[in-house]
Amino acid sequence: MAESKASTAQKSGNGGKLFLGGAIGLAVLSALFLNTGTTAIHPMDQFTVKPLFGGDHVGMLTITNVTFWLAMSVLAITLLLVVGTRGRAIIPSRAQSIAELAYGFVYKMVEEVAGKDAVAFFPYIMTLFMFVASANMLGLLPFSFTTTSHIAVTAVLALAVFLTVTFVGFWKNGTKFLGLFWVSSAPLPLRPVLAIIELISYFVRPVSHSIRLGGNMMAGHAVIKVFAGFAGLMAVAPFSILAITAMYGLELLVAFVQAYVFTILTCVYLKDALHPSH
Amino acid sequence: MEGDLAHIGAGLAAIGSGAAAIGVGHVAGNFLAGALRNPTAAASQTATLFIGIAFAEALGIFSFLVALLLMFAV
Repeated sequence: MAESKASTAQKSGNGGKLFLGGAIGLAVLSALFLNTGTTAIHPMDQFTVKPLFGGDHVGMLTITNVTFWLAMSVLAITLLLVVGTRGRAIIPSRAQSIAELAYGFVYKMVEEVAGKDAVAFFPYIMTLFMFVASANMLGLLPFSFTTTSHIAVTAVLALAVFLTVTFVGFWKNGTKFLGLFWVSSAPLPLRPVLAIIELISYFVRPVSHSIRLGGNMMAGHAVIKVFAGFAGLMAVAPFSILAITAMYGLELLVAFVQAYVFTILTCVYLKDALHPSH
Repeated sequence: MEGDLAHIGAGLAAIGSGAAAIGVGHVAGNFLAGALRNPTAAASQTATLFIGIAFAEALGIFSFLVALLLMFAV
């Protein structure tokens, strides 16, 4: 008993030493980077879109870091969902169990939040979740680019959801879809006022849907870079590296939660479109 | 001078983010209070929790949007 305790203490001591060593190494590295660079780290510099293969001009078809990392997230999803589940083993491999976990997670969410008849839209919602989650996670790799921190990227996703939901609403319910704005449970004199409010909140959806994701990702990465800027000062370097580590853990959580929130809101909007009765 | 005022406005708009933080904390805290009273029902309500948080956060996002517009568009 005592022996095992001692061994775990030894282990954790080793881990602590390893962590400290890594932290000091990182501090030295970042100090070196800062000394060689002419300017300090600017927290918003990481979000600049630049062409990957020379030049400064960004045209319609230029391969920039954004398009590269968008392609990378598609590649990551393909690797996980197609190559990972290729074996179709009864006892799944690690990749297969992650893929199955993601599938079951999203399927349950669609069924519970949007209703049984929304399962027809499961492929779209699964695509959204996997894309946003993988783009968020890939953005956390050092020296990578967070594509979802750009409102241009998230706005396209949110607009697609908005258009799909509106189209589905009119397609499934016809003009009854407008009942979404006419709150029949409210007193009659209040209904026109509520209709205006509902109309505004309906058209604001794509804005909040996209900026929630983009803003969260951008803010988190900017905070990490702000702490990275402090790491250049030797006196505060250990604290700032601890802070970066903590923020990184938080960002990992945020990356997942934001993908989850994005998908669950899509499910909520879809439920509104399929069952507009207020 | 105009740019300076816009920056002050952006800073004031950031107060809205703090207000949204209060709202989100309220939602999460009340969820926890309810969940600890009836833990068996808590798991089925996590989706509602996240939807509530998302809607509370949406209004903070508008202040963030105002700040962004003041910083880059005005």
